[in-house]
Amino acid sequence: MKVLVPVKRVLDYNLKVRVRPDGSGVDLSNLKMSINPFDEIAIEEAVRMKEGGGGHKAGAATEVVAVSIGPDQAQETIRNALAIGADRGILVKADGEVEPLAVAKILKAVIDAEKPDLVILGKQAIDDDSNATGQMLAALLDWPQATFASKIVLHDNKATVTREVDGGLQTLNVDLPAIVTTDLRLNEPRYASLPNIMKAKKKPIDVKTATDFGVDTTPRLKATKTTEPPKRSGGIKVKTADELVGKLKEAGVI
Amino acid sequence: MAVLVVAEHDNASLKDATNKVVTAARAMGSDVDVLVAGSNASAAAATAAKIDGVRKVLQADGATLAKQMAEPLEALIVPLAANYDAVLFPASTTGKNAAPRVAAKLDVSQVSGVIGVEGADTFVRTIYAGNAVVTVKDGQAKHVLTVQPTAFKAGGNNGSASIEQVAAPAGPFKSAFVSEEMAKSDRPELTAAKRVVSGGRALGSSEEFHRVLDPLADKLGAAVGASRAAVDAGYAPNDYQVGQTGKMVAPELYVAIGISGAIQHLAGMKDSKVIVAINKDEEAPIFQIADYGLVADYKTAVPELMDALTKAGV
Repeated sequence: MKVLVPVKRVLDYNLKVRVRPDGSGVDLSNLKMSINPFDEIAIEEAVRMKEGGGGHKAGAATEVVAVSIGPDQAQETIRNALAIGADRGILVKADGEVEPLAVAKILKAVIDAEKPDLVILGKQAIDDDSNATGQMLAALLDWPQATFASKIVLHDNKATVTREVDGGLQTLNVDLPAIVTTDLRLNEPRYASLPNIMKAKKKPIDVKTATDFGVDTTPRLKATKTTEPPKRSGGIKVKTADELVGKLKEAGVI
Repeated sequence: MAVLVVAEHDNASLKDATNKVVTAARAMGSDVDVLVAGSNASAAAATAAKIDGVRKVLQADGATLAKQMAEPLEALIVPLAANYDAVLFPASTTGKNAAPRVAAKLDVSQVSGVIGVEGADTFVRTIYAGNAVVTVKDGQAKHVLTVQPTAFKAGGNNGSASIEQVAAPAGPFKSAFVSEEMAKSDRPELTAAKRVVSGGRALGSSEEFHRVLDPLADKLGAAVGASRAAVDAGYAPNDYQVGQTGKMVAPELYVAIGISGAIQHLAGMKDSKVIVAINKDEEAPIFQIADYGLVADYKTAVPELMDALTKAGV
């Protein structure tokens, strides 16, 4: 079984977001960029399907391909996936912001060529927070989807996926090929070891461009203004629980 | 402008989120219809017909829609969308699951997690876990949005829209429902609760989390929430999670216990009317947004708070 995992290069999740004072967007200059955390979970799951672990038989996946759409530097993100254990990478070069719809169209073209049996994506990127690419890709391919996965069990020609939904968990069967998107509790990604980081440097990365696939990446949506969220002003410190209850009574919330 | 709102419901009853998304829809245009897609969901459709400003309710009722899965919703909504300029979904797990499928089939770039409507084609949403707010102009002929219900006020329920039946999709589909395991609780639902009591990693264990928070929540008639740190540590189930990667809540009273206030948590609860923080670390960021802060160990502060509430007749 071939598994394909798209990965996105995003601002490292530990870093503070700086909104440009002129409202033109978020300032990413000279900041550390990393693999989107949900995508790292997706790569980890795919690699477990290959190596065994996480409830998967070793060899369930025979090949794991990491794909990134972005600038030249997205190669680093692919190397990161290769260091976790993906076998090879595909970089589709595209500059500027590429909306989920265009990403899904490019991925569809890659999938038409690669013919994977399973595609695992992060449920959302932590930069634009769209939570859309996996579902859009499933629609374009007319494949079934299981989003927000916390558990994946593979069978012949299908997968049983447990999903994190409002109010609890839902379990679905999807026919393969299928799209799965990851939630936080699916697994805990490993730290890539130094030997694996070295090995990853020798793994192949194919480089293509969005125009190779005939996909127009011009954004459909225009951000006209970006601001910091309104600051909530801090209130007061109370000394005792009695004083707190008094204040809550005054505020009319108890 | 004609707008279709996809209702949030569990077949038995309509969720308040629907009413809030209708408010967002009415800010875009005057012809607002609500789609209730489900199985034996006539009661939910009847409630939707009462929402102020709704022109008509479309009810699609059939076995394929019983679990409101993404594929049948796509098959139902894509043809209906021909009659509308915009399709709005609540940003629930059901809405977030289905909306992008509909958008992709319509070749529309979706606007996700809308918190403000500034006109028929201009929307406000957050990015970077709520650390930036962006105004988006959507010049497409058709709009597909997911709407954050907590950002909008529910309207009244004095309407009397007609209910029109539409056919449920026949299938078959390539995904099949197997089972579900819903948390059973007598407490109010987290996103709809007027009061929320939330715990963080400071609670230290699952047993302690419930030992401390459950009685306080019961006393206040509150829902129980948790920070992502507490969920990651296994103290609370994922559906308790409040924050950018969990649920967005905006209750009248939010009590944060042993929560430091990571930015991703604050993004999920900062619209609460009154925020109380109890934390022994005076420097915890949660105090910067709390209306009332109590610098104390929860181990002593929560029992004292219980006593004080009892004394105050709560």
